[in-house]
Amino acid sequence: MGVVALLATLFVPLVGSVVLLFIDREQVKAIKVTALVVTVGTFLASLFLYPAFDASLSSMQFVIDMPWIASLDAGFRIGLDGTSLLMVLLSTLIMPIAILTSLGPIKKSVKEYYVLMLLLQFGMIGVFMALDTFLFYVFWELILIPMYFIIGIWGGKDRIYAAIKFFLYTLAGSLLMLVAIIWLGLAAKAAGIGFTADLMKLRMIGPTIPMDVQKWLFLAFGLSFFIKVPLFPLHTWLPDAHVQAPTAGSVILAAVLLKLGTYGLIRFNLELFPQASAEFAGVISVLAVVGIIYGALVAMVQTDIKKLVAYSSVSHLGFVVLGIFSLTVEGVQGAVIQMVNHGISTGMLFLCVGVLYERRHTREISEYGGITSVMPRFAVLFAIAMFSSVGLPGLNGFVGEFLTLLGAFRSPFLGSWTYAVIAATGVIFAAVYLLWMYQRVMFGTNDNSENKHLHDLTKNEYWQLVPLAVLIIWIGVAPRTLMTLSEQSVRAVVSKVELYKFGPHAH
Amino acid sequence: MHIDLFGSLPLIVIWLALGAVGIAIQAFVRNNTRLIFGYYAGTLVLTAALALLTSAHKGVTFEGMISLGGFASYFDVLFCFIGLLSMFAARPYLQRENAELDEYYTMLVSAISGMMLMAHANNLLVLFIGIELMSISFYIMAGFLRTNIRSVEAALKYFLLGAFATGFLVYGMALIYGATGSLQYEMILSVVGANASPFPTLLAIGAVFLAVALSFKIAAFPFHQWAPDVYEGSPTVVTAFMSTAGKAAAFSAFIALFAVLMPTSSLMTPKLQLMLAAVSAITMLVGNITAVAQSNVKRMLAYSSVAHAGYLLMGIVAHGTAGYSAIAFYVTSYTFMQLGAFVVVGILERGNEQYLQISDYAGLAKREPVLAFVMAVFMFSLAGIPPFAGFFGKYLLFVAAIEAGYTWLTIVAVVSSVVSAYFYLGLIVKMYFTDSETEHARVSPGLAGVTLAVTTVVSIIMGLFTSQILSIFSSWW
Repeated sequence: MGVVALLATLFVPLVGSVVLLFIDREQVKAIKVTALVVTVGTFLASLFLYPAFDASLSSMQFVIDMPWIASLDAGFRIGLDGTSLLMVLLSTLIMPIAILTSLGPIKKSVKEYYVLMLLLQFGMIGVFMALDTFLFYVFWELILIPMYFIIGIWGGKDRIYAAIKFFLYTLAGSLLMLVAIIWLGLAAKAAGIGFTADLMKLRMIGPTIPMDVQKWLFLAFGLSFFIKVPLFPLHTWLPDAHVQAPTAGSVILAAVLLKLGTYGLIRFNLELFPQASAEFAGVISVLAVVGIIYGALVAMVQTDIKKLVAYSSVSHLGFVVLGIFSLTVEGVQGAVIQMVNHGISTGMLFLCVGVLYERRHTREISEYGGITSVMPRFAVLFAIAMFSSVGLPGLNGFVGEFLTLLGAFRSPFLGSWTYAVIAATGVIFAAVYLLWMYQRVMFGTNDNSENKHLHDLTKNEYWQLVPLAVLIIWIGVAPRTLMTLSEQSVRAVVSKVELYKFGPHAH
Repeated sequence: MHIDLFGSLPLIVIWLALGAVGIAIQAFVRNNTRLIFGYYAGTLVLTAALALLTSAHKGVTFEGMISLGGFASYFDVLFCFIGLLSMFAARPYLQRENAELDEYYTMLVSAISGMMLMAHANNLLVLFIGIELMSISFYIMAGFLRTNIRSVEAALKYFLLGAFATGFLVYGMALIYGATGSLQYEMILSVVGANASPFPTLLAIGAVFLAVALSFKIAAFPFHQWAPDVYEGSPTVVTAFMSTAGKAAAFSAFIALFAVLMPTSSLMTPKLQLMLAAVSAITMLVGNITAVAQSNVKRMLAYSSVAHAGYLLMGIVAHGTAGYSAIAFYVTSYTFMQLGAFVVVGILERGNEQYLQISDYAGLAKREPVLAFVMAVFMFSLAGIPPFAGFFGKYLLFVAAIEAGYTWLTIVAVVSSVVSAYFYLGLIVKMYFTDSETEHARVSPGLAGVTLAVTTVVSIIMGLFTSQILSIFSSWW
């Protein structure tokens, strides 16, 4: 059953986008319904993965391995471990919500929009499933094209600049990754197993590569992922892309696309280059901590809500990177769960910004105030999203941030608790900028005449926000339901890094 | 003298069709371009079919001067196919410009026969005849809109610089003959491979001169200066044909010749490799960086074609089967995407001067959604973005270059690819993200639609069949 569900999850969006091509462009309603049905169907298909998945194993499950380019040993190889399963579930969950939030605002070139959205989903899920470096690269780049058009066609005022910047930044990073992918293949050839793109084989080859080469390969892969995350100081594309993208685009960017970077760090950098990961852990953690503080400080002074949320992502993703490069089980587990959390809570924050933007067509904080009096139900859901992002205990954000900080605190690789202490101030800053923003937007007196008669949430908006709010509380209260999924895979990665750093008798 | 008639069939058929029957038809039939068009289209189909048929029949004939089957057959099929697609694109274009003369198709097929000779050459003189046959046909085609001053200028410029290149070519051949005592490829190879030439300096100069001459033909730095002017001035359908099939032919010659001049055992090989690597690196950087500054679509594509010559040279630098099959794959994908892009330009332009600015493409996605879509596919493919054909070709070239120890060259290629993405995307930005200020009449592609359909489909799905295409190379080599 698992394999069928896996294939369905990957290919239903692709099939859906082809089906959409054959629907007449005037049939707007049919197009929207099809897109929604396809994404909901994909979500349901992905749910079947959950019971079929054996969380007690750290190995890849539901593996499919078919030849593609024989001479280069590139194949159609897909499968899941706990980490990728969580990411796949996150993507399939976010997509129907992104479609729902597009139904109203997207009015021009409706058909093209939904075709691109489904292609985007195909690419995202493919990235999380790929067990072949070549296939991974193809999916990785496949995401660029739809996202580029989504920002460029349906985005805001400076959309063209933002779209090109997004594309070129990502491409610059990923092409160096391509060189590293080829290098790895040739390293496998030198090791006597022939040129290959098979990740499972490369995992065995990676640690045998001499350190001076491994460092370069680590950096080539890393650069492409750090840009995507984005790690300070490679983050400058993000505020532009987030702010200019339509709401659905921002939601997908924040919820899934940034995770591609952190996922890549775990899947490739840690697993393929354990020695180099240990070597670079300190430097990267410094950048992560700088990103946490920098993102928070910049978020604090924003006057545009969407920009504020965008910079909060820079800060939050800093925790994820810090957790990953603490190279401890707690830290990486925290990072994985924080990836899910950030997807849910920041995605929800962007949805809330979208709700306000749809009504007023402005994102300036100063244009709002006292919205609670006219939109009380919205105020509750917005508050849940905001507190989740702050990291309030009892909600999901707390779990992830706590674990990443704990990992960083105890990490034998970082060897100092200062990282954790400085990063922890980021949590306080987050409370400051988010609460202050919430206060200025929602509380106070509603004295702007245009804000006097805003209607509360529509049925569609409930469908977008309520499921996420439920998840926020669920993960906050019972994080183990998700964390057990990724636990074994994370343990395997971390023990591999420990093995190469401290030898077989570390524990 | 023993002549392998069966193996030579593709060459014999195309020349008989051209030199005997074609001339006769044109002498007696007047004002029936349709007949001529059909006749030459049929010739190309027949030639391609014969090339397929004889592909397994490897060997040499005509005193060893012509090699048969395998590698040459692959390129025969490619040239004929591109020629056919170019004819489909040319007919509506020339009709619109009131310049559809029978001679166009004659020159086109004549150029193809020259290209085939280049791919089949196993002797420097045969190569020379092939190159000249192709080039002279190109000079005439470049000036085909003879009342259009830009077209005439392009033809003259191309002719003068081409003549210059021919000088290098012949001089290089003479030096190699002097240094090795033969014009036959296998004889040269045995001398070069054994480092047995009594005049190694002359041999090296000769090899460099041949590289110079071929660099002219593929438009590689620093001999690329003619390309933007000629590509811009020539009728767009001619540019489409020259910049694709012409480049593929020059690379088929490049491969055969430098397989001979750069055997692994030769002491000269590392130096030639380094020289070609430098040429390759500068070519892609110059081509891509200059393309960014262009406002004319044809010039932009011309510089992009220069840059692609740089990428393709990576395969020559890598040499060996991996490099050469990477070239064969990339040049195939390149011909389709570049041809398609020029055909779109040809459909939209008027009179070889109107609607050629990048700004004229504003809002194309609204006016002509299909044309904009296929153009976007070609741009992404040229930029080397998966899943389009261009990416797979680049990947193969990168693998070959890194394996040959040229990682730095690959990194230059990667950097220049990012630069190239900027201007390829620039066109997409115009087409999709901006609105048109002026009114445009609807265009109808006519027969060129067939060309676009084929080139688009190939650009999209070629990557899926990489394995099959590569196995053709390895079994035909």
